[in-house]
Amino acid sequence: MKFRTFAIFVGPSVVLMLLFIAWPLVSVLIDSFHVSRPVMETVSVEVCTPGFLTQTCTREETIRPLVDAAGQPVTERLYVGLESYRQLLQPDVIAHAFSAGGKGLGEVLNIEFFRALRFTITFTLVTLPLVVGLGLVLAIAMNAVVAQLRGVLIFATLLPFIITPVIGALSIRWLFVGDAVLTNFLEWLTGHPVAMFAQGWTIEILMYTYRVWHVAPFAFIIFYAGLQTLDQDALESAIVDGASRWERLRLVIIPHLAPLIIFVSLIHLMDAYRVFDEVIGFSSQAHVISLQYLTFNFLMPDQTGGRAVSRAAASSMLTMIGIVILLIPLLARTWRDHKRGR
Amino acid sequence: MSTARALQPGAGLKLLNGGFMTLWVIVALFPMVWIAVMSFRAPVDALATNPLDVLLGPVTLRQSGGLSVIGIVLGLVALIGLFIAPGRIARAMIPRMGKVWLGWLVTCALFAALAAIVLLGALPLAVRAAEWLLAPIPLVGTLGKPFIGTTIDHYRAVWVTHEFWRNFLNSMVVTFGVVTVSLTVGTLAGYALARSGSNLAFWLLIIALVFRALPHSVLVTGYVPLFLQSREALQPLWDSAALGWFLKLFSAQAPTLYGQPIAIIFVLVSINQPFTIWMMRSFFANIPRELDEAARVDGCGYLGAFRRVIMPVMWPGVLTTGLFSFLLAYNDYLVTALLLDAQSQTMVPAISQFLNRDTRAADQIEAIAAAVSIAAPLFLLVMVFQKQIVSGLTQGAVKG
Repeated sequence: MKFRTFAIFVGPSVVLMLLFIAWPLVSVLIDSFHVSRPVMETVSVEVCTPGFLTQTCTREETIRPLVDAAGQPVTERLYVGLESYRQLLQPDVIAHAFSAGGKGLGEVLNIEFFRALRFTITFTLVTLPLVVGLGLVLAIAMNAVVAQLRGVLIFATLLPFIITPVIGALSIRWLFVGDAVLTNFLEWLTGHPVAMFAQGWTIEILMYTYRVWHVAPFAFIIFYAGLQTLDQDALESAIVDGASRWERLRLVIIPHLAPLIIFVSLIHLMDAYRVFDEVIGFSSQAHVISLQYLTFNFLMPDQTGGRAVSRAAASSMLTMIGIVILLIPLLARTWRDHKRGR
Repeated sequence: MSTARALQPGAGLKLLNGGFMTLWVIVALFPMVWIAVMSFRAPVDALATNPLDVLLGPVTLRQSGGLSVIGIVLGLVALIGLFIAPGRIARAMIPRMGKVWLGWLVTCALFAALAAIVLLGALPLAVRAAEWLLAPIPLVGTLGKPFIGTTIDHYRAVWVTHEFWRNFLNSMVVTFGVVTVSLTVGTLAGYALARSGSNLAFWLLIIALVFRALPHSVLVTGYVPLFLQSREALQPLWDSAALGWFLKLFSAQAPTLYGQPIAIIFVLVSINQPFTIWMMRSFFANIPRELDEAARVDGCGYLGAFRRVIMPVMWPGVLTTGLFSFLLAYNDYLVTALLLDAQSQTMVPAISQFLNRDTRAADQIEAIAAAVSIAAPLFLLVMVFQKQIVSGLTQGAVKG
């Protein structure tokens, strides 16, 4: 394929990605070193109040935003270096926490960014084995079901995966909120009053549960497809060799699925690191937040309508560093494959 | 695929397996089914502590009537009829219309009309009539008595009072735009990437992979200041001599991109582009090279070969990729919540207006009705396109 033809075909896609992905990335990087703020001016105003015989007048110095001819406040853009990062990471608090008299890790986790980072990482690591495990069990179980039933069962299994994440999270929240069905069930089961949304750790459990419920069908369908290409001869010779059911699973089926398990794990790592919809669906922001939610929150207008863009930019950059670290092994592997392929 | 006899599990294992699958299906479906049931009950019933009250809705029954056995049976018959109808209509109409796409269009229009007539007019009338006719007959008459309380008040409140249909239309505009643009651009790129073995193609794919992993919040951080100030930022383009006359054809001034569904379409298309080109590439890699090489030997250019040879066989891949674009655009919360204003909001972020009001008992049920309204189209989508979704998911995996 000549370069010109290639360029014509790929052109629109590349232009879109440059314009809407690469360019924003650069602008975020630049934004994270700058702050925009309204220019303030100090004016001295004579304030007079009516008094007896003469007015009482005082001169006051007030600070107010500078306004241009159109009545819009003038803003200036300042280079602040790493100031936004410092506000996020608060190195002085960390230093204090680990010095004598500090409270250690607990104090660090009071900082919003580290709270978000802690949850994001726990979330990723806790859900990963559960998703892969449940997906694997579902695939093996589905393979043993009579063929006529499989269509319906796959349909039912896929629904949690297809559903809008925010809606899926909400649907689980409504089962537990207040006096709802499953809260009642839990209370009946344990004999204690249960309030799932009163403390952080119960909300976190619900969030893990939701994510496993949502993504396990994806893992399932990949593994199920992998099982269809399983070499039956290998399985039969394993039986002839006297392998038990468990040994067959461990020595034949799992090695066959290994590349798919890696694939699912990688996709899940990327997606779980981006956890966001759960925070919205479970309204957990008072207790638990994620890295994406942190940025989202900076970008939402506050009471005065301002958006903390530079802090959002800084937290975005930090989030991105995390995903790059996660991706390095994958990229290295792809590069090796490409080299070998040529 | 038949399994060898020796591989058949024993009876105990079969039972265990069956039990596990049953449990899973309940876990998978319960949350959605339960909130769907809740959305049709009066608040007293929906929030009742006794699950049976939620299921049967005794208070709802007293307040606003409900379904009878006859109603349920007739409703099921109508649903099964509607499930079969599209295929029948398509078989009848497509040969008659001459062109396949015209046939499908007519089919869709006819089906929509039929569904509207049956569900909104004929079915309620038929149920009413049957109940009235059977009421005097002893025993059979009880079948016509409503016994499950049902109300559609919450749906009416959501769609009419809170004007959710506006959000629905916005969702449709955004989703339709994303699917069409994303497929047009992505198909071309995917084809070229599959056919070119150059290093450039490899690096493009790797960069796309990195882009695929980017958290969306990072990108949105870049968009927000730009979108809010786009009028000032873009005005020089409008004033310039070279481009200005052209851009002024569209609008006299540079637009503010914030709150513009069109702008959101391009944002979502770009965010989705890495995934789209990877997926289309793996589909095209499965189409033998010889096919379009033969066409080029016969004198077609790349574009000609693409149009005449590839386009007729690429539709399964396009359909699957389109479904995933649809899901991304339809399900998005983060991007649309930050870049659209109240008037142009799509359905998913619009649900937060129902979540934050919690003063009346009905508020929560209205939020639930809104959630069910958002999920229902997806449900239909999976029903129709299950095979494509499964094949799309597995294809991506097998190719790596």
